[in-house]
Amino acid sequence: MAETQPAPIERRSLRAKPFSKADRAFFKSATWAANSSIVLVSLIFIFLMWRSWPAFESQGVDYIFGSTWDNNPENLVMQIGPMLWGSILVSTIGVVLAVPMAISLAYFIVFMANDRFGKIATVMVDLLAALPSVVLGLWGLLIFSPVAAGWAEMIYQGLGFIPIFDNSSGNFLRSPFIAGWVVAVMIVPIIASVTREIFSQLDRDLISASLALGAGRWSTFRRVILPTSGGGIVGGVLLGLGRALGETVAIFFVLNLVFEVNWFNILEDQGGSVASMILAKFGEAGQDEVAGLMAAGVVLFVVTLFVNMIASFIVAKAQPWRK
Amino acid sequence: MTQLSAQDINVWFGQRHVLKDVNLLFPEREVTALIGPSGCGKSTFIRTLNRMHELIPSAGLGGKVLLDGVDIYEPSVDPVGVRLRVGMVFQKPNPFPTMSIKDNVLSGLKLASRKHADPNGLVETSLRRASMWNEVKDRLGDPALSLSGGQQQRLCIARSLAMDPDVLLMDEPCSALDPGSTRRIEETILELKEEMTIVIVTHNMQQAQRVSSQTAFFLAEDGNPGQVVEFGSTDQVFNQPVDLRTNDYVNGHFG
Repeated sequence: MAETQPAPIERRSLRAKPFSKADRAFFKSATWAANSSIVLVSLIFIFLMWRSWPAFESQGVDYIFGSTWDNNPENLVMQIGPMLWGSILVSTIGVVLAVPMAISLAYFIVFMANDRFGKIATVMVDLLAALPSVVLGLWGLLIFSPVAAGWAEMIYQGLGFIPIFDNSSGNFLRSPFIAGWVVAVMIVPIIASVTREIFSQLDRDLISASLALGAGRWSTFRRVILPTSGGGIVGGVLLGLGRALGETVAIFFVLNLVFEVNWFNILEDQGGSVASMILAKFGEAGQDEVAGLMAAGVVLFVVTLFVNMIASFIVAKAQPWRK
Repeated sequence: MTQLSAQDINVWFGQRHVLKDVNLLFPEREVTALIGPSGCGKSTFIRTLNRMHELIPSAGLGGKVLLDGVDIYEPSVDPVGVRLRVGMVFQKPNPFPTMSIKDNVLSGLKLASRKHADPNGLVETSLRRASMWNEVKDRLGDPALSLSGGQQQRLCIARSLAMDPDVLLMDEPCSALDPGSTRRIEETILELKEEMTIVIVTHNMQQAQRVSSQTAFFLAEDGNPGQVVEFGSTDQVFNQPVDLRTNDYVNGHFG
């Protein structure tokens, strides 16, 4: 006699459908919002690709790596090399300046300030993040640039023999150094608020344990706090880097855009920025040139997307002990 | 010869008076248990013995903690030096998550920027003293968080022992552990008391009786600050308590 197979167990869904009107409306709007954000980003990308394709097609690889921009309609040459490198250079300076400031600020707010002062400082930092970049640009141009030019001149006089601090023009205004400072002011609040959040979630017992073992504040910071929160801080830094790469107006106010690659002379009054270049040229561009500017937008989009992807990857990987 | 004593200890958090007039003497190489219901100030008190309240800006202290006759709260005393002599094990096992088992044992040296002639030997000795060498000797490079809760707690004990303290403070070291791990830590305590002075906060009456030679009973009544109601040999406190409240507590009538 053949054994009878046991009847397969029916597998039932554990999710209830929304019963109330409010639930249904809420589910619908959430689904709609999620889908529309995906559609919107895709549409923007398709639009940019469509409008910029002629430029990529006519300019070829030189669009990225060349250094000439000639808007003579008879012989249009569009190459954004110096702008692309300039964006990277200025953002890097900004990040290098901003990271120590932001981390110190976050440490102070979380571990040193009393409750009341900590709260006030937090609000101030968030307000700084909310400043429109055109305001920061004007501040950078009118107030900050002359001051920073003085610093730059001092650096040149003391360290000018090091190539990156060389300056051939004698003009210390409108340099990547100054633009980097302005960018740093913009991204300090971003990095600081991410870092503050991470510091405040840190297990206080770890800090107590470190102090109980005879550690000072500095070695606790360096050997316990930083390693434990490192991944999150890197995520915040990359978030700031994304903002810095896309910064437009503020840099436009304080930097000379020159179509000749300035590899690393950060005190020289020439630099580049993809986003600022689009702003500078858009008003007077003919149809073909607009395609070239759209193409710059595509490049910026891809670079920023790439930075954000690295950011989320690092943040996800960084803290394996947090399940 | 290490002498640790607390004289007229009072603690405030902001305006709140949480601990009043605590006087205790911790004889060398003996285990002192601090017992009492939750919120009576035992943990607050034990943390005054190595200046762990420094992280709380609103905390204030009255009285003295004397380590070999020197008040550890004197402005001229470096708290780092105090903590090197008075180690601490916390309620929740808290190994450093980014470090391996070995690096956790050596973390005190690194944190205090000290050199040791034979770090590998120190790792072995410390883990042996915490009676966990055999369990982990083949995987010293593994992350500390790969250990079980009880092992993590013993790793934290080994981490403190590596600094060779004269006094070890234990703040409910077994409250997050299973009975087996608890028993092993109690065995470790009994071995360690041959070499150092131990102060242990515990909620477990049996534990206090198993490991300690003297016991202090803390109590905070009706919003009053915590105080020591009774202090004496463990045998006396548990079997012939003088104070009625002690009698009620050790016999499980409240708390």
